Amino acid sequence: MKKITLIIAIYLLSFNSLKALIEVDITRGNLDPLPIAVSPLHVDIKSQEYEGLKIKELGSNISAVIEKNFKNTGLFNPLKKEAFVQKPDIAHLKPRFEDWRLIKAQALVTGKLLVKDGKLKIEFRLWDLTAAKEMTALAFTTTPSNWRRVAHIISDKIYERLTGEEGYFDTRIIYVAENGPKSQRVKKLAIMDQDGANTKYLTLGNELVLTPRFNPTNQMVTYLSYFRNMPRVYLLDIETGIQEVVGNFPGMTFAPRFSPDGKKIIMSFAEDGNSDIYTMDLETRVVERITNHSSIDTSPSFSPDGKYICFNSDRSGLQQIYVMRSDGSDVKRITFGKGIYGTPVWSPRGDLIAFTKVRKGRFYIGVMRADGSGERLLTENFYQEAPSWSPNGRVLVFYRETKAGAKGEGFSAKLWSIDITGYNERKLLTKTDASDPSWSSLLSK
Amino acid sequence: MTFNKNLKNIFLVVFTTLILSACSTAKKSGDMDGDVYTGKETVKYLASGVPDRVFFATNKSSLTTASRATLRKQAKFLRKNKKLNVTIEGHADERGTREYNLALGERRANAARDYLMTYGISGKRISTISYGKEKPVNPASSPLAWSQNRRSVTVKVN
Repeated sequence: MKKITLIIAIYLLSFNSLKALIEVDITRGNLDPLPIAVSPLHVDIKSQEYEGLKIKELGSNISAVIEKNFKNTGLFNPLKKEAFVQKPDIAHLKPRFEDWRLIKAQALVTGKLLVKDGKLKIEFRLWDLTAAKEMTALAFTTTPSNWRRVAHIISDKIYERLTGEEGYFDTRIIYVAENGPKSQRVKKLAIMDQDGANTKYLTLGNELVLTPRFNPTNQMVTYLSYFRNMPRVYLLDIETGIQEVVGNFPGMTFAPRFSPDGKKIIMSFAEDGNSDIYTMDLETRVVERITNHSSIDTSPSFSPDGKYICFNSDRSGLQQIYVMRSDGSDVKRITFGKGIYGTPVWSPRGDLIAFTKVRKGRFYIGVMRADGSGERLLTENFYQEAPSWSPNGRVLVFYRETKAGAKGEGFSAKLWSIDITGYNERKLLTKTDASDPSWSSLLSK
Repeated sequence: MTFNKNLKNIFLVVFTTLILSACSTAKKSGDMDGDVYTGKETVKYLASGVPDRVFFATNKSSLTTASRATLRKQAKFLRKNKKLNVTIEGHADERGTREYNLALGERRANAARDYLMTYGISGKRISTISYGKEKPVNPASSPLAWSQNRRSVTVKVN
């Protein structure tokens, strides 16, 4: 994959630190999304042609990406452009606040761009219409083909300014793309931007691949491949395409994840039929056994400080979630509710663990505190599992399968996302059926 | 400590009783005994009278009486065909999480392998592989299909 280079020249245009009147509370379900007007970015008439890009439409294309990002959060309500009251270039200089307030907008995004000498120069401003003030302003320079990323970075900056939390738009999702009838699925690793754009396939579908997960510190991926019919954990560099098997285990390794510092892989190894949890240091190649129990121990996930590991085990008789120290000591069961619990994943904020729960034949995605208290079930369905956190710990992406008929008809697998408030459930548009999503960290940090 | 152990035993007893009572109330209906498949549909044969697969209860990897009988037939067949090696594929139904199902398939394949070994078949002749829920033999979403998919299948490799 082509290395993405993004030169960001950030300078403050006229930043002022006056307290804004508008803010968005994202700690609870937002039933009253903030009305925001995203003006098309003004395209400087001195702009030159650039191969493969429709320069004249670039301003409105960028604003459309920003709008879609905002709409998908459920926190913002982007207003229809027909109602806009000022031309983009005029509004960008200084909006007539009272006119924008008439269309009920509370925040306004304006901007302009220039494509010249193979470079895209772009600037934007966020206006607080209620307080009649500029809230933030930034300028970037990059290659024009990076325009979508710039749109995501602008979205992140605005989200951060309005919510006080880090954004999650300049990110990607890796997943398993699925094709074919249910009993003969062809599965490939695929990657896309979080908004569904730029889908790329990373494997050809010759062998079964499952459960890709991002390294939280870079663009490496770990996943399970049945290459040569030997299910093993692999490491993949998505920039170079280089793959290698992780460790030299005499049996199936699976359920891999990175440690928070990206230096270790934690996974299950099945020896004589019994699955226990192991780590391998990617630099020293030292393998450590973490659990040693005659039950199934799998789906391990580190806490963001690296001190604890959550995992699921059927040592009580049924699948439940446990937490232990990262050396395997002090194992404590944390789920005691009715039903079985699996796929625990620690939030990047450290406060919550997301999980799958199965009860009375229904599947739930939920969150609870790291001691198992405060369980909240966010969504119920016929089959869904494998939650993965947005890097800011506010949104979960997971996959859902539909019930199949007698010949497998009606079966589908799709990616869905939901806020940890339980609101704003939505299907992610993928080119094929999809499962096992993993959300990357912010690409530009 | 002792108290805890006693308590644990009590729980075990209660738990086992619950399972037993659940089993005794489950009907032997059609091709299922409880939720273990007992029919012939989907079954293939390593040789005449030697079924290639055994079936499991939900979330379990223990062998039923019928499974043990099938595996004894397989052992006899393998003793007669000394040069033959096999792979045992372990599978799960679609009603569990993917990673747990991979582990469960591994456990089911090994339960069958261990049983064959107690009947004199060398472990060197039997490899195992788990497919979890990835390769359903019946693609339907029904209790019958799920019971057919909870299986370990002995496959000739040479």
